[in-house]
Amino acid sequence: MDEADEVLLPELDGPEPKPLLPRALGWLSLALGVGALAAPGRLAQLTGVDDSPLAPTVIPAVGARELVHAAGLIRGRRPAGWAWTRVAGDAMDLTLLGRAWGDRCGERRRRVALTTAVVGGIAVADLLAAVGAARSRRARERVIRMEIGVTVNRTPADAYRFWRDVENLPRFMSHLESVRAEDLRRSHWIARGPASRRIEWDAEIVDDRPNRSIAWRSLPGTRVPNAGRVRFVPAPGDRGTEVRVQLRYAPPAGALGRVVAKLFGEEPEQQVRDDLRRFKQVLETGEVVRSEGSPDGISVRQQVIQRPAQPLPPARR
Amino acid sequence: MKATAWMGTDSVKVINVPDPTIMNARDAIVRITSTAICGSDLHLYHGYIPDMRKGDILGHEFMGEVVEVGPQVRNLKPGDRVVVPFPIACGRCNSCQRGLYSVCENSNPNAGIAEKIMGHSPAGIFGYSHLLGGYAGGQAEYARVPFADVGPIKVPDDVPDDQAVMLADVFPTAFMGAEMCDIKPGDVIAVWGAGPVGLLAAASARMLGAERVIVIDRYPYRLRLAREHAGAETINYEDSDVLDTLNAMTAGRGPDACIDAVGLEGHHGNAAMYAYDRAKQAVRLETERPFALRQAILACRSGGVVSVIGAYGGFVDKFPMGAFMNRSLIMRTGQCHVQRYTRPLLDRIQRGDIDPSFIISHRLPLKDAPKGYKIFQKKQDDCTKVVLKV
Ligand SMILES: NC(=O)c1ccc[n+]([C@@H]2O[C@H](COP(=O)([O-])OP(=O)(O)OC[C@H]3O[C@@H](n4cnc5c(N)ncnc54)[C@H](O)[C@@H]3O)[C@@H](O)[C@H]2O)c1
Ligand SMILES: [Zn+2]
Ligand SMILES: [Zn+2]
Repeated sequence: MDEADEVLLPELDGPEPKPLLPRALGWLSLALGVGALAAPGRLAQLTGVDDSPLAPTVIPAVGARELVHAAGLIRGRRPAGWAWTRVAGDAMDLTLLGRAWGDRCGERRRRVALTTAVVGGIAVADLLAAVGAARSRRARERVIRMEIGVTVNRTPADAYRFWRDVENLPRFMSHLESVRAEDLRRSHWIARGPASRRIEWDAEIVDDRPNRSIAWRSLPGTRVPNAGRVRFVPAPGDRGTEVRVQLRYAPPAGALGRVVAKLFGEEPEQQVRDDLRRFKQVLETGEVVRSEGSPDGISVRQQVIQRPAQPLPPARR
Repeated sequence: MKATAWMGTDSVKVINVPDPTIMNARDAIVRITSTAICGSDLHLYHGYIPDMRKGDILGHEFMGEVVEVGPQVRNLKPGDRVVVPFPIACGRCNSCQRGLYSVCENSNPNAGIAEKIMGHSPAGIFGYSHLLGGYAGGQAEYARVPFADVGPIKVPDDVPDDQAVMLADVFPTAFMGAEMCDIKPGDVIAVWGAGPVGLLAAASARMLGAERVIVIDRYPYRLRLAREHAGAETINYEDSDVLDTLNAMTAGRGPDACIDAVGLEGHHGNAAMYAYDRAKQAVRLETERPFALRQAILACRSGGVVSVIGAYGGFVDKFPMGAFMNRSLIMRTGQCHVQRYTRPLLDRIQRGDIDPSFIISHRLPLKDAPKGYKIFQKKQDDCTKVVLKV
């Protein structure tokens, strides 16, 4: 089988983005670290802990820790890991400050409270940075790719023509509600999720070779970056066309990710295989074939949740 | 409407269900006049075919009158009298276009499951499990017939229901079983099973020029039909050793081709062997009891054909592969590609070459379907074939 290049997705195939937030926090760490080491007494005074006998040792230690964070965050490798160590550092500082606040009164107590508020704010920023960095890394790790083929008893030109009219896609891709062609290249896709949640995105055709292949990808900014290529290869022995589909998508994490996972079923490959079977049915027989047990036609879910092989009640027609 | 439904192992009921409607543009709705119970239905009845659900409408052998057609059906119109082939086939895929209708690539909406069990999916079949499509069957007052522009054929007025309904399955199946034997002048054909399929296979082998046909079973009334209607010699396997007798009858050569018309619920004269496979089948270590198949392989002349039309569903144990390989045997098999045979066999019936209705022993009203299953299962009252009249 001949190889075809993957369709590139800016979100997944560009250099891993270096998020701004971790770097900014890195510079903050650097400033704090240098300050704590160079003028521990001044810092103790500012934060209201200059009366503590421990301050001269604890503050330089905190400063040294900040310098390590700064080095890691500014270099920008594994930002997620470094962001999490900052979160841990914040937690430690907040504990120390909490104890200091309890022991003090008057102006010192006011300064400790102010410091606590500032460190608290930084902690929130640190947490956001850590979560964001981890999410972008996981999206790259989660990318699902597959290559599946079906033989259709029609010419490559027929198969190409049907697929190229992207508004036909929902006729055989069971998770799609609609695809609207905006112009010859761009289209707007709406997928049907469980519990009537919808996922929408815009896509563009990036490579179009009439009667041979079509490649498309989602436009940057979509929450489910995806790309695909379909090739129409004459089947040997005059048996029509081998329709070979390559797909790649990166499901997001969290609630939306679970919706996407449900959309594609437990076995995403099976889902695509079934979609191709529907494509074959539509091209060869004119429509998706229905039975009483599977009234909506081929789909993984339907094959498991069969109704008895009896005519449908009027309400379900 | 009323319909015969599978309610669990050894249980069928006639129940009320909604009337069928057009679901695909190439569908037709048929008001059923005659519908038969098949040996294949007994496999469902006994629970040996996977993926049946309570309430599934049974029946894959039926005929009747077209009452409604979908917008894409141009060859039929309401009022036409038709007989419907049991495999559901689109007529447009590669398999259909090569005449392999029972492995149509489009008619099983549950192909994904079938593929996991069988590697690739066969065609959908009326009333024959969700593995093979989840289609409502035809032991009912009405049925929806998908791809009505490909499957059903019109039946001329001078051909009665009793003859025409045999074209839905058993006659084409039996004929294909004989055709796969590649019969040449002088050939001796042995047929295991004197049920409707075996009897008609014997008759077909004669029609195709076999010198001698030998039918093997244990029910004297069925063996008598084989002698009287199919010009066959018979062996009762409870009275004599089958392999010895076949060797004696063919002067040691063995039959030139052997037809297995028994399938996965074979019975064995030897109580110990029977108990062995019966027990394995009960705990699903083996899904079939392939006695007839094993014996057919051992009996067949070296270089001969073993034609398997008895139905199998899963895995066979103790398959005599050594004999099969070392003696250059050929196996041909398949669910029947009925659409290929309906017209030529209708012609043969009209010409008077054969009257396949000789196998019918009982005609019952639809409401008596449960009784029909029972007497056919138990081979009571000399039952060979039950046709339900609607
Ligand atoms: N290939 C197809 O398309 C197709 C179509 C229809 C039926 N079938 C199958 O054909 C088979 C026969 O159908 P039927 O309607 O004639 O069923 P049936 O139950 O009436 O006949 C089976 C016969 O086989 C006999 N038998 C059992 N064990 C035997 C043995 N060891 N040796 C010899 N005979 C034995 C039984 O006594 C019985 O008479 C079934 O398996 C059925 O599923 C296949
Ligand atoms: Zn049958
Ligand atoms: Zn087909």
